[in-house]
Amino acid sequence: MKYTDVLIIGGGPAGLCAAISAAEAGCKVLLVDRNRSLGGQLVKQTHMFFGSEKQYASVRGIDISKILLNQIHDKENIEILNDTTILGIYEDGVITAESSGIYMKIKVKSTIVATGASEKTLAFPNNDLPGVYGAGAVQTLMNEHGIKPGKNVLMVGAGNIGLIVSYQLLQAGVKVAAIIDAAPNIGGYLVHASKVRRSGVPIYTRHTVKQAYGKDELKGATIHKLDENWNPIEGTEMDLDIDVMCIAVGLSPLCELLWQAGCEMKYMNELGGYVPLRNERMETSIPGIFVAGDVGGVEEASSAMVEGYLAGINAAQSIGHTVCNIEEKKKDLHDQLHALRSGPVGTKIREGITQLQTVLEAAASSSL
Amino acid sequence: MRIEEHPIVGFQRGKSLQFKFNGQPLNGYEGETIAAALHAAGIKVLSHSHEKHRPRGFYCAIGNCSSCLMVVNGEPNVRICVEMLQEGMEISTQIGKGDILR
Amino acid sequence: MLASTGVPTRVDIEKAFPNEVRMNQGAAAVIECFQNIPCNPCYTACNRNAIKEFQDINDLPLIDHEQCNGCGLCISKCPGLAIMVVDMTYSEHEGLLKIPYEFIPLPVEGDIVRGLDRSGKHMCDVKVVKVLNTKYLDRTPIISIAVPKEYIHNVRNIGMGD
Repeated sequence: MKYTDVLIIGGGPAGLCAAISAAEAGCKVLLVDRNRSLGGQLVKQTHMFFGSEKQYASVRGIDISKILLNQIHDKENIEILNDTTILGIYEDGVITAESSGIYMKIKVKSTIVATGASEKTLAFPNNDLPGVYGAGAVQTLMNEHGIKPGKNVLMVGAGNIGLIVSYQLLQAGVKVAAIIDAAPNIGGYLVHASKVRRSGVPIYTRHTVKQAYGKDELKGATIHKLDENWNPIEGTEMDLDIDVMCIAVGLSPLCELLWQAGCEMKYMNELGGYVPLRNERMETSIPGIFVAGDVGGVEEASSAMVEGYLAGINAAQSIGHTVCNIEEKKKDLHDQLHALRSGPVGTKIREGITQLQTVLEAAASSSL
Repeated sequence: MRIEEHPIVGFQRGKSLQFKFNGQPLNGYEGETIAAALHAAGIKVLSHSHEKHRPRGFYCAIGNCSSCLMVVNGEPNVRICVEMLQEGMEISTQIGKGDILR
Repeated sequence: MLASTGVPTRVDIEKAFPNEVRMNQGAAAVIECFQNIPCNPCYTACNRNAIKEFQDINDLPLIDHEQCNGCGLCISKCPGLAIMVVDMTYSEHEGLLKIPYEFIPLPVEGDIVRGLDRSGKHMCDVKVVKVLNTKYLDRTPIISIAVPKEYIHNVRNIGMGD
C-alpha cells in the first residue's frame, strides 16, 4: 500500500495546477495519469491562450504544459505515477490503481479528481465510417504525431475547438472544405472565426450533416441548411468531396470515477452532461473528494488551471495544511474565475454553476 | 501524410521501427502510437462493429472511446490510440470480442 | 454579420482604423476585436499606454491612436491575431500593412503575393516589404506588405503559391 496526503487523478491543466498548489501548502502529493506523459490535452494546443498573465495569456498551450511541468519537477513532495489508471475510490480512503498489469492500493487523506472530458459525437447516417473523427483526435494526430488526417476536411461545429482545429489543419497544410454549425451564430470566439475566414474557409451557420457516404472509408458528405425551427430545408443539399470529417460538437465530463465513488451527480446541459455537485471549495458531496477542470463542467483550459489551484489549496487546508495568506490567495483565485466567466461568452457556464448552487442550497435546507 | 515542416511545432521522430499489420510489413517511428503509425501508412479501418460488421476507425485518439480495439502481439482489445508502437509488433484486426488471455 | 459569418463588416473595420488625419501621420495599430471575451494581453504588451488598462477583462480593447506609434509589439501577443499596423505614409500610392502570419512557407522580401480580404478573396497583388520572425514574436511572424491605398481597408491576409 502506498500512502499520500493528496492524490490527484489526471495530469492535465487542472491536475497539474492542483498538484502545484497542494504541494506548496506542504502536502505529500501523488499525481496519477493514465498516459505515458503528463500535460493532458495541453500538449496539442499549438495556439496562444486567452485570459490574463495569471493564466498564461499569449503563451501557447504546448508551452504552458512545459512551464507547469517544470514547476512540478522542482517540487520534491510531488510524486508522479504515469501510465497508471485509477480503478476505484472507496469509503475508507483506499484507492485502487493499475499500471502495466500490476494492481496497487493507495491510502489517501484527500483526492482531487481532474479527469477532464471526452468528445461528444453526432447522429447522422454513416457517422461511424472511418474518416469521421473527433476534432480533438485529429489535433492529436496532427500536432502531437505530425501526421495529416487526410486531404480535405469538413469541420462540424463552429465552437472554439472547431475553429481552432480548422486553423491548425490549415497550418499543417490540410485543406478545410467548410466549417458548419447548426446554430444561427458562431459559438466560438469571433477572432478565431476571422482567422480561418480570411484564409478562405467558408463558415455555414444553420447547416448540419445530412449524411456521410463511403464504403470502407469516408468519401464525402451531404450537408443541408436548417430553418428557424432547426428543420432541414429541402433543396439546400450541398455535396462535399471530403475524406475527413471532424466532429466538434462539444465535450462531456469524464466522471465515471465520481459516479463510482458515490458523489451526488446532476445533469447540467450547460456544463456538458452529468457533473458532480460541489461547493465553492470544489469539494463534492463526499468529504475529501474534490474536483477541478472539465470533469466538474466543461470550460476553457484557463479556468481549469485556476480551479486546479483552488482545489489544491482547499484539499490541503481540509487535512490541516496551510500557506501564508491563504484566504487572500483563495480570494484572488475566485476573482480570476469570476473575471473569466463574467462576460457574455461565460453565460452558459455561469448559468450551469448557478443551477448547481441552487440544487446544493435546496439539499442543504431540506436536511435541516 | 507525415508533416515534414510545420510553422509552430518541430516534430522530432524517434528511430524507425518495423511492425506488421495483418502480416504486412510496415514502418513507423519510436514515440508514436500504433494508431498514428497505421494512419501514416494509410490504414484507416481498424476494427468492425460486432453485430453488423461495419468498419470502424479511431474516434477520440486519447483512449476514451474504444473504437480502435485491435489484437497486439496476441492480446485482444488493445486501445491502439494510446499504445506505443514497438519494434516487431504484430498488429491484427480483431474478430469478435476477443478471448481472455490465458 | 460578423457573428454568423466571421467576417467583420465595413462599419466594424472602419471603427477599428485610426481617423483619416491620424492615418496620414504614420503607423498605428488597428485592433479588430469586436467581441467581449476574457482577454487582455494587448494591454500588457503596450509600452506606451496607448492600449488602455482594462476595467473588466471582458472589455473590448480601447486604443488611443494619438499615443500609438505603430511599434507593433502588440501584434504577435494577441491570441486572436486580431491586430495589425497600418501606415499610409509608406509611399504616394501604397500604404503599408504589418500583419501576423503563422503559415509556411514564409514569403521573402520582394515577393509579389496575393492580397486577400477578410473572407479570403483575392483583392489585388501586394509586395512583401519585410518579414520579421524574431524570438520575441515566438512563431507569430510579422509580414509587412505594400498595399495600393484604395485596398487598405480590404486586405488583411496574403496568399502564397496557388
